[in-house]
Amino acid sequence: MTTTAIRYRYIKQTVFFGLVRLSAFILALALGGILAYIIVHGISALSWEFVTQPPREAMTKGGIMPAIVGTFYLTVGAIAVGLPLGIVSAVYLTEYARQGPVIRVIRIGINCLAGVPSVVFGLFGLGFFVVMLKFGSSILAGSLTLGFLILPTIIGASEEALKSVPQTFREASLALGVSKWQTILRIVLPTALPGILTGSILGLGRAAGETAPIMFTAAAFFTAKLPTSVFDEVMALPYHIYVLATAGTNIEETRPLQYGTVLVLILLVLGIDLVAILIRATIRRRKKW
Amino acid sequence: MVNQEDRIIIRTENVNFYYGEFQALTDVSMAFETNRVTALIGPSGCGKSTLLRLLNRMNDLIDGCRVEGRILFEGRNIYEPDVDPVEVRRRIGMVFQKPNPFPKSIFNNITYGPRLAGVSGKADLEALVERSLRQAVLWDEVKDILGQSAMMLSGGQQQRLCIARALAMKPDILLMDEPTSALDPISTAKIEELIEELKKTYTIIIVTHNMQQAARVSDFTGFFYLGKMIEFNVTEKIFTKPDMKQTEDYITGRFG
Amino acid sequence: MNRKQKEAVIRAVFFSFALVSILILGLIVVSLFREGLPLFRQVSVKDFLFGMEWYPTYDPPSFGIWPLIVGSVIVTVLATLIAIPIGILTAVYIAEVAPPLLKDVFKSVIELLAGLPSVVLGFFGMVVVAPWLQDTFDLPTGLNIVNASLILALMAVPTIASISEDAIYAVPREYKEASYALGATTHETILRVVIPSALSGISTAVILGMSRAIGETMVVLMVAGGAAAIPESLFDSVRPMPASIAAEMGEAPFRSLHYQALFATGMVLFFITLAFNLVADYISNKFKEVGSGTL
Repeated sequence: MTTTAIRYRYIKQTVFFGLVRLSAFILALALGGILAYIIVHGISALSWEFVTQPPREAMTKGGIMPAIVGTFYLTVGAIAVGLPLGIVSAVYLTEYARQGPVIRVIRIGINCLAGVPSVVFGLFGLGFFVVMLKFGSSILAGSLTLGFLILPTIIGASEEALKSVPQTFREASLALGVSKWQTILRIVLPTALPGILTGSILGLGRAAGETAPIMFTAAAFFTAKLPTSVFDEVMALPYHIYVLATAGTNIEETRPLQYGTVLVLILLVLGIDLVAILIRATIRRRKKW
Repeated sequence: MVNQEDRIIIRTENVNFYYGEFQALTDVSMAFETNRVTALIGPSGCGKSTLLRLLNRMNDLIDGCRVEGRILFEGRNIYEPDVDPVEVRRRIGMVFQKPNPFPKSIFNNITYGPRLAGVSGKADLEALVERSLRQAVLWDEVKDILGQSAMMLSGGQQQRLCIARALAMKPDILLMDEPTSALDPISTAKIEELIEELKKTYTIIIVTHNMQQAARVSDFTGFFYLGKMIEFNVTEKIFTKPDMKQTEDYITGRFG
Repeated sequence: MNRKQKEAVIRAVFFSFALVSILILGLIVVSLFREGLPLFRQVSVKDFLFGMEWYPTYDPPSFGIWPLIVGSVIVTVLATLIAIPIGILTAVYIAEVAPPLLKDVFKSVIELLAGLPSVVLGFFGMVVVAPWLQDTFDLPTGLNIVNASLILALMAVPTIASISEDAIYAVPREYKEASYALGATTHETILRVVIPSALSGISTAVILGMSRAIGETMVVLMVAGGAAAIPESLFDSVRPMPASIAAEMGEAPFRSLHYQALFATGMVLFFITLAFNLVADYISNKFKEVGSGTL
């Protein structure tokens, strides 16, 4: 090979790796930039009052406590709906199902459910829970909508965790004359549980950050009082951000409040995600089988 | 007939076994005597492990497999529709190729099976743990650390724990699927001694790759090749003057 | 009840739970149809889909969602064009180039990026990207196609990158070794062997990324500008379908034509994303058994 050909090859290699690295660093930069920007602008709005007081003076002053509480209820409700459904679905798919057309249809269904746009989930929640089942715009309707939204995430995470349980554990238990159901309950699920939970925490983060599904099913523009039943409407952090940023009485004047609320939401959601990522890393390192 | 008829505990009659289209066993008929060690030998893929797993219905777990023929345990076909495989496995225990303790404490590994089979009461369970661990010659090494995770034992100890775990169910038969293939020579020797001891109480069927092991521990040996049982006889006979050419070729190391 | 019957009952219960996902899909369709279909007693399907005017609150109102469809398509296509190279190259970086430590860091970056709530990204587009675009290009508004596409691309990249990375990671080692053994350089191996072998997975990734972009709501609601008209330039505002639904549902009187039209728009959106997902599923399954794809 001639020297020029080698040099040409070398240049192409350098350019290619340059582009590859550039892409990755653009992403890191975007994430870092967004986070830094929000933190720098939002940190001054954060205070004890901000997270413990309701909004005042047509939401131009005061805090965001009702929105934090509302998001908490909606998220807990979503997990309460999504987690049991998701784990049991995943157990069926990994432990019981045999290959065949029925399983194929269920899998396609789960994939398609994962792809349903969040605003369509909102419409579904409105049409089904709010209107047809007459729940009204409420924590109940919002939690169910969000729970169904995160169901595919939880199924996926649980399936992965269940599949990572070594087959030898199942064999060992069955060979001792333990029934399949007891084997799942006593060996498979406990072994898979940390993995199931980390995956589900990611679902939790998603539920906390979603806006469109709760716009028509649960979220109130403003309510100073805290909910007393699952049929009450609540404020929620993501919707509150949207309202302040686009429909507030004075968008420019409430900017600090907006940055503060965005920062709280980010801390909440990414905090949840980060915890999940760290737990998962620890499990992977500690795993002995 | 190789065996004494009145001593037979489990036998296969004209067993064929298929994984989907693939026939893994062809017309296998053999009988196993109680309180004896029977070794199944043969090259990889010859069907010896498949046969072993048929004896306690572990192959039920595999999709798309099919059994023909009968497997009579104490005179009853364990593949009849009204037989509960769980019940069969309680009486026919199994030890696997790689030690597979549960990620639980040593104590809970042993009591796992008996508890689910209805044994309760602290004293009973403790007695059972000691008895099983003594039988598996592991008691002295672990009696002070019963609460610790079984995962921290050495490979050889883990395998003896798995044997103790199987013994805790008080099975009639113990199936061993290449139980020493993942172990070092010293651990292997310990397990072989253990097998010698265990056959006083249990019937043992062992699959092994290691012909010296078969010669050392077993009373009877069956040689398998390409899914067929080629020869089945008293171990000494198989290893000194086998009837079949294929058997001779295998044990003298001409193939496999 | 004996053990076998008990096991059968448990199995049946688990099976019925596994059907819940299908049931929900069914309920979504039923809800959308129940609230949306009555529209078509008054408005023809053709006028609805291809009508050029979306004036739901005028008298008489007009319910043509063509400008909304065009808005959705244009921001999605542009976002995908931006996201494909960045997503795939990042996947290559993580799977083939990055040192082990950075690999984990960048995986987390992608996961965190995917975890950013869309309302936060929309907010960022409003307060940072919009003013910047407006000043730099001297525009009447920074809330436009370019802005929405940039932010949507940022949302599609994690999907594309993580699924592509799985696909690249799954390429058998032997392929790569064979290529190196023939004297190919790393980049030649990646471009000619690894990426072609992972192509079916990468295609799935791109389709799912597009599906995510077309269904994304908060970003287009907050930064696309909201003009329900066919755009003439990339700096024009648009009103993609999800934005229209989210913005107007609060004001549309219950079971009015407007309300029904928004549900009908939801139907269109649902079936578009359903089609995307079915295609992605088909591709990923068709090539799963073969182990490699040649798309």
